Amino acid sequence: MINEKYIRILYVDMETGKIRVEQREDLVAYLGGVGVASRLLRENMNPDLATTDPAQPIVFAIGAGAYVFPVLTKAVAMFISPLTGDLGESYAGARMAMSMFMAGYDALVITGKAPKPSYLSVSNDNVSVRDARAIWGLNVDETGRTLRDREHHRGQSVGKRSIIRIGPAGENGVAFACVCVDTYRHFGRLGLGAAMGSKNLKAVSIYGNRSIPILDYKSYFKAYREIYKKCTSTDMMAKYHDAGTPINIMPLNKAGGLPTRNMQSGTFEAADEVCGDTFAQKNLVRKMACTGCPVGCIHIGMYRREFDKGHEYEAINVSYDYELIFALGTFLGIGNTDDILALIDVVEQTGMDAMSTGVCLGWATDAFQKGYVTTEDTIIELEFGNTANYLLAIRYIADRANEFYHSLGKGVKHASSKYGGEDFAMHIAGNEMAGYHTGYGSLVGAAVGARHSHLCNGGYSFDQDKSEFDEDKLVEKLFAEEAERCMTNSLVMCLFARKIYDRQTILEALNSIGWSLTDEDLTDVGKRTLRDKLLIKKALGFKQKSVKLPKRFFETPSMNGMLDEEVANSIIRKYSEKADALMKEKFD
Amino acid sequence: MPKILRPREMNKCLGCFSCMTVCAATGQKNHSLVKSAIKIRTTGGMDSSFIAIVCLACQEPACMEVCPSDALELRDGGGVLLVPDKCIGCRQCETACIMRAVNFDEETKKPIICRHCGICARFCPHDCLQMVEASEV
Repeated sequence: MINEKYIRILYVDMETGKIRVEQREDLVAYLGGVGVASRLLRENMNPDLATTDPAQPIVFAIGAGAYVFPVLTKAVAMFISPLTGDLGESYAGARMAMSMFMAGYDALVITGKAPKPSYLSVSNDNVSVRDARAIWGLNVDETGRTLRDREHHRGQSVGKRSIIRIGPAGENGVAFACVCVDTYRHFGRLGLGAAMGSKNLKAVSIYGNRSIPILDYKSYFKAYREIYKKCTSTDMMAKYHDAGTPINIMPLNKAGGLPTRNMQSGTFEAADEVCGDTFAQKNLVRKMACTGCPVGCIHIGMYRREFDKGHEYEAINVSYDYELIFALGTFLGIGNTDDILALIDVVEQTGMDAMSTGVCLGWATDAFQKGYVTTEDTIIELEFGNTANYLLAIRYIADRANEFYHSLGKGVKHASSKYGGEDFAMHIAGNEMAGYHTGYGSLVGAAVGARHSHLCNGGYSFDQDKSEFDEDKLVEKLFAEEAERCMTNSLVMCLFARKIYDRQTILEALNSIGWSLTDEDLTDVGKRTLRDKLLIKKALGFKQKSVKLPKRFFETPSMNGMLDEEVANSIIRKYSEKADALMKEKFD
Repeated sequence: MPKILRPREMNKCLGCFSCMTVCAATGQKNHSLVKSAIKIRTTGGMDSSFIAIVCLACQEPACMEVCPSDALELRDGGGVLLVPDKCIGCRQCETACIMRAVNFDEETKKPIICRHCGICARFCPHDCLQMVEASEV
């Protein structure tokens, strides 16, 4: 906690509405963010109980330096993933980190299941579990609007609040349901929405208005100013603001690493129709920022929807990013920006992870075409490029419309194990793939990453550097980066800003607000946290050697040519040995 | 004549709140957004427009006129400057301002009013906030 020598945690039991605040000096060594959240997940979870047992915790945490320095804008959520049953870890921007900071809680631990649909209202001077029966079933937008108004009338002024909420998919237990944060950002991956739904928890509203004195103004503002300058006056962040993350579409397509039509191919013939520049020209109407970020990478696209005959239109605004264009665009053979925005919108309103949804539908389409499933299962004909039917299918998943869509709502690994077609069910250890088929870095990186995401260790970026491929070097790079990101995620910086926050900058920033950290301390935080995450996985029964990668990863050429399963497995084995050794290390 | 702050191009606002962060930091030596003299807010959720609520540097400030203890003095160029020792915390300035730009600090029991120092404009990444000559307004 800023200006203090402890981490301040709010515990809430949804069943009873009882709360407890703890100030833990022992957690300071974990810095904040994912370091603290991993420790709290480890302390509070029970591996012997079911994934969504009411006793299982959901942990939110903000990082050291949250909000007070530019681009330290995110909050982390840790939980047991309803999708994989393994470690759940997800990040979101918008206003949540700021509002937790303003309210004075470094972490929030939620356990128990509310007796009826509820939302949690948190502020510095009040915490209450409140009735949400009337809004159970409402979509993500309607829920946000209702609670914004409701909380405002309870005396909270506008502008310093964050409202995170689930849609119908989370209520219905879709395993990859997401949590929407302040309309345009999300805890997307691994099913936090289902975890909240299982607790009858529709939303969390966080508000703070406390005073937080600056103890050493001169040092603080010097550090702030330098970081701000790097964000705004150098070209380090320019691409994220300009066309945004969709700028990746063209280079990845050209290199053959853009997963297309359930990854039957690494190139998409209509890539230029859905690239960053096309979106900017046709749909971009606004850019926004998370609170505390002067870059502003949030791109809002607008499309016109005809909702009735007789020239009846409405304007729909949705945020778009590279991963969404991949999952709901190229992966489904959709080559039109308006169509992609329409698909994003329905995924958004039902409250699901766009990446998992797209990858599940890609498999379902492939399985339908190959005869593994028929319209008796899918209700409608699934074909690549058919937006109208995908719009329906997304609702079928969210509503769990029949047995097939119920299975699909448990993830592509589950659905393919039941209906067949596992060779082309594009998940890695149960988590649907991200938009990179760039080589061993992306594939193995996600396979060994603690949450099996492309962002665990950024393996895809190693595929794009020009150095010659070397198994051992890749293992070293992945492992080092995974640990380093455990450290940077303890500040919970936006990953786009990792070049701005080199270690020297991190030390100058944190030490200006009262920490006294050394470079070794930062290394320690990374390793300590990675060790905690690996131990959580072990306790939850994860076995690296049981991870079987779907065949298509080795049948469709990647950006770096055809991948060999043996080589991938060899890299995984070597990484595992390092992970095992780390788990045996002692830190305390 | 000293310049005054004008939130002229709020259509460009990203909602980053950097202006509030630096205003509270430099003006009140505080990290809290509630200590900022400038307020950025939406007009109804993140899908609505951002607006800036800040002193418009009146030539005839209503806040000053209503102050019973002469704690607000006319600032050269427009607006007011607070003399803290004279302020009794009556909050009349808060209600007198049609822009709602007087931010009453519940901790110190005194108003936080924009000094038109321009720090927010210097840290506005999208040039929404600008310092202009009073004669231009």
